[in-house]
Amino acid sequence: MRTDQKNASQGITQVIAASSLGTLIEWYDFYIFGSLAVIIGQQLFPSDAGASALINTLAIFAAGFIVRPFGALVFGRLGDLIGRKYTFLLTLVLMGGSTFLIGLIPSYESIGYAAPILVLILRLVQGLALGGEYGGAATYVAEHAPVGRRGFFTSWIQTTATLGLFLSLGVILLTKQIIGDDAFSSWGWRVPFLLSILLVGVSIYIRMKMHESPVFTKLKAEGKVSANPLKESFQKKANFKMVLLALFGATMGQGVIWYTGQFYAQSFLENTCKIDFNESRYILLWAILFATPFFVIFGAWSDRVGRKWIMLTGMLLGVFCYRPIYQYFFDTTNVTELQKSVSVETSRIHTERGYVSGTRDSITTVRKYKELANGITFTEATVTVLPDDVLAPVPEVQTLISEVKLPQKEYIIFILLVFFQVLLVTMVYGPIAAFLVELFPTQIRYTSMSLPYHIGNGVFGGLVPFIATLIASFNGSTPLSGLWYPIGIAALSCVIGAVYINNDVHKQAME
Amino acid sequence: MNNIKKMLGLVWMLLGPAIIIFLIQQAVEKIGLSPVGIERTNTTLQWAIIILIFIPIGAGLVIFGKYAWQGEYEKLP
Repeated sequence: MRTDQKNASQGITQVIAASSLGTLIEWYDFYIFGSLAVIIGQQLFPSDAGASALINTLAIFAAGFIVRPFGALVFGRLGDLIGRKYTFLLTLVLMGGSTFLIGLIPSYESIGYAAPILVLILRLVQGLALGGEYGGAATYVAEHAPVGRRGFFTSWIQTTATLGLFLSLGVILLTKQIIGDDAFSSWGWRVPFLLSILLVGVSIYIRMKMHESPVFTKLKAEGKVSANPLKESFQKKANFKMVLLALFGATMGQGVIWYTGQFYAQSFLENTCKIDFNESRYILLWAILFATPFFVIFGAWSDRVGRKWIMLTGMLLGVFCYRPIYQYFFDTTNVTELQKSVSVETSRIHTERGYVSGTRDSITTVRKYKELANGITFTEATVTVLPDDVLAPVPEVQTLISEVKLPQKEYIIFILLVFFQVLLVTMVYGPIAAFLVELFPTQIRYTSMSLPYHIGNGVFGGLVPFIATLIASFNGSTPLSGLWYPIGIAALSCVIGAVYINNDVHKQAME
Repeated sequence: MNNIKKMLGLVWMLLGPAIIIFLIQQAVEKIGLSPVGIERTNTTLQWAIIILIFIPIGAGLVIFGKYAWQGEYEKLP
């Protein structure tokens, strides 16, 4: 009896490891493109800013918002027809192959417009593969897990999105360190892409040795596999109503909490608070590092108390805490205002003179390196443009703040506040894989859970930066106005989830 | 609770089209404000993708509301 338990435990460990490793690599592949977007733009895109922006739009919007949900449908259907194992092997090959090929594309200078077109095609394949991967991995693990342990087992899959971000940043920083900045910009940026083929190779080898999910194998043996999973998922009212509930009552809110905590936070610190590039990344990295174990903690806890209230509490805390947190970030780093009330010392002044590119207008930049009495240091650049035309009315003067560095106490508070946001991510994201797989029957599980997941994360979550910028452009808006989008969506999802979702599904055996 | 579920169904049915109308209004305004040329094409493309993807989502919210109004969520597995 004890030997059986030990074997089962070893089996499930292998299942989790094989599934998580593949999903981790898929996220790694997806993120390195984002992290290296600037270099890819320089190397593979035309120098014409307009054309480049257009291709970028297609790569970001189309891959994230259209192709990801489409991939969920294509591979979800396949996973419900032929099985989970071979489908998520296929998504892994597609993702790894396209990432590897991005690393081989010749520069724009060598092959012209073929370069950005190839990037776009391969990026779309990445989006398609990502759309199919997650549902397969979550379903596969959940179908191996016993009742009462599904939250814990699937929570390992949930850590991979965050760890994939870590791995991508780590590989990029390490490659840069080994070969140097110049070599990295010229050819070294290809290394993280090419490296993907090795990672994928290992993962494919491990996954090939795994068996099909026992629940799906039983279904197949009984001849109960769905003949048309798309039709059953979305045309049968009993299933479709659960797809809609999963989207509006859970994944929609989860998506915006996820993106706000992990991406909007970093963007706000860097672009609005003007915190130094490295410092803003370290704040996020520390926060993620401390918060990552909570994916597993909340996943396991959801096996005891149910998924619903943990996820909804995460959303509710986001609704009430985002404004004060971001207000604190903004007030603490608003050095333009702080200079009026706190004494300030200028340590160094540096002046540069030159001409505005392509004109005879002269430009003078005066950089002042300042320190406030509370320990915050920053650079204040005053840029004056003097038009060549002597009759021009007034010189154009602009003051720019950059490289804000926090004193240690504030640095720690910022880490804690970002940590708290990532903690909310772990509350909503840790239990959601188990929640989704439990909502649907085996014969259409892969299809039915993948679509709401990718619409929630890819569309609602992925649109956080775009809609936040849109709201910030309204009359009378403030730097914090963009937060109304994640707050509004999380509040709506929280209300729908609280009213309509049943909290007892985790106690039932999966059909 | 079942009455609340039903009544809220009406709200979701109204919210779906409201979101689409709001997005179309914003699209027209922002496309109009963008400079003529490739930048306008880019803005138009972004909004076209967003509206394209939100039309089925808005329709989904209406159907969700309809199901709620019909009492489909009173008994769940």
